[in-house]
Amino acid sequence: MYLALFIFFAVLCVAGALNLLLQRHPINSALSLIVVMTSLAVLYLLLGAQFLAAVQVIVYSGAIMVLFTFVIMLLNAGREEHTRGSRAAFLVGFPGAAVLLALLVQIFLSARGHLAQARLGEYVTATHTLSSVLFRDLLLPFEVTSVLILIAILGAVALARKEP
Amino acid sequence: MNLLTFFLLSLLKIVVVLVIFLTAVAYTVLLERKLVGRIQNRWGPSRVGPFGLLQPLADGAKLFLKEDLIPANAHRPLFVLAPLIALACSLISIAVVPFGAPITWHGVDMFQISGVHIGLLVILGVTSVGVYGIALSGWSSNNKYSLLGALRGSAQIISYELALGLSLIGVVLRAGSFDLRTIVESQAAHGLRSWNFFGGYQFVAFFIYLMAAYAETNRSPFDLPEAESELTAGYHTEYSSMKFAMFFMAEYANMIIVACVATLLFFGGWTSPFGSLLPPIGGAVGAALLPVMWFVLKVFCFLCLYIWVRGTLPRFRYDQLMRFGWKFLMPLAIANIVVTSLCLALVA
Repeated sequence: MYLALFIFFAVLCVAGALNLLLQRHPINSALSLIVVMTSLAVLYLLLGAQFLAAVQVIVYSGAIMVLFTFVIMLLNAGREEHTRGSRAAFLVGFPGAAVLLALLVQIFLSARGHLAQARLGEYVTATHTLSSVLFRDLLLPFEVTSVLILIAILGAVALARKEP
Repeated sequence: MNLLTFFLLSLLKIVVVLVIFLTAVAYTVLLERKLVGRIQNRWGPSRVGPFGLLQPLADGAKLFLKEDLIPANAHRPLFVLAPLIALACSLISIAVVPFGAPITWHGVDMFQISGVHIGLLVILGVTSVGVYGIALSGWSSNNKYSLLGALRGSAQIISYELALGLSLIGVVLRAGSFDLRTIVESQAAHGLRSWNFFGGYQFVAFFIYLMAAYAETNRSPFDLPEAESELTAGYHTEYSSMKFAMFFMAEYANMIIVACVATLLFFGGWTSPFGSLLPPIGGAVGAALLPVMWFVLKVFCFLCLYIWVRGTLPRFRYDQLMRFGWKFLMPLAIANIVVTSLCLALVA
């Protein structure tokens, strides 16, 4: 049952991601990204992270992607033009991606002995546990991240502001 | 409990609840027309059936038989998808709403379709996805009025969602859970006195929630996305027949959901306002049905409030709307969280 759900949403997620790259029209790409994010939420849910799943839908599918579609609608972006791609992308991009993939596989395979295993639908993480980890054990990194995001916002405002 | 009985009973629950919910949606439209009619000193619909009670049926039949138009330059797939998203998102939320005391029959909760631990977050999540119905309908219609309506709608909903979410945190802090049943049970001890609105001192949160909810459901005085004097009909200008009916139903279904959430979070859900002052009547059947009656009564009062406000207040201007949301409701909601958590910490 859990496995069937996992396979369905994992396939949906990958299909959405591929569709995101292959679509010509920006709004279709944005909608594919919503599919990816929502199926990720279902995967979190299968791993027992209820709060994370809900927040994934509320923040990513509900707020951030609405802003994406909002901007696409506002700019009225048309179809993207088809180019043959740059030569650098062919020469560096594909080997680079392959190396990265190999590296990740290598790391995961070598660390497999140390990693704990979680079965789908085995346990449920209470919101309380999550918050005590975030606000007690990892308080400093958590708060520093929020400052980082604030700096990014300030930077965006400074860049977008026209000199009077 | 075997899986088949569980499946069949759940299916039965879903069908029964959806039928009741959709009937309620249809009759909310009639209620609105009647009440607004009375506010404006006229009768409202009175021709179809006794007191106009069959009006929703007549409206439904009329919309069903209308021609279904799709503009030539519309983005077809999204144009068809948008009303489906809007309606589906407003109907899904009812699945986590508990509308009666927790009474199980054959191991299945009778008065709630699905008892998830994060019920409140599910409702917020589903509502936030519902924005795409508005955004995509406006964009895919390829019409300037629709696009402007959709832009206004999505900007307004994103802005007010923050205030809405923040206003609910005080209630969550008090109950210590996102489970809607736990939240209601935390207010059940002494009837009216222990409701979050009175005993929990969450009236500020309630008013923030109320305003944000008007904006979220695109209702007057925040109905700028469909301001007929400037935008014809806003994002659903190009829709006709059943597609228009879907937007219409989605709006009223959202209204009912918002009323349900307000009832559950601030007014004690299905619990009686008299607490234990009222002796239990009717035996087992009374114990099962009386809470449902209280719940429906409270939701009904909210719907009347909604309609009253619509009949009374004029529409906001767009800059007023944004200023009100960001500069007044948001800080107030944050202040409410700070004060509530300080009080809770002091008491504990």
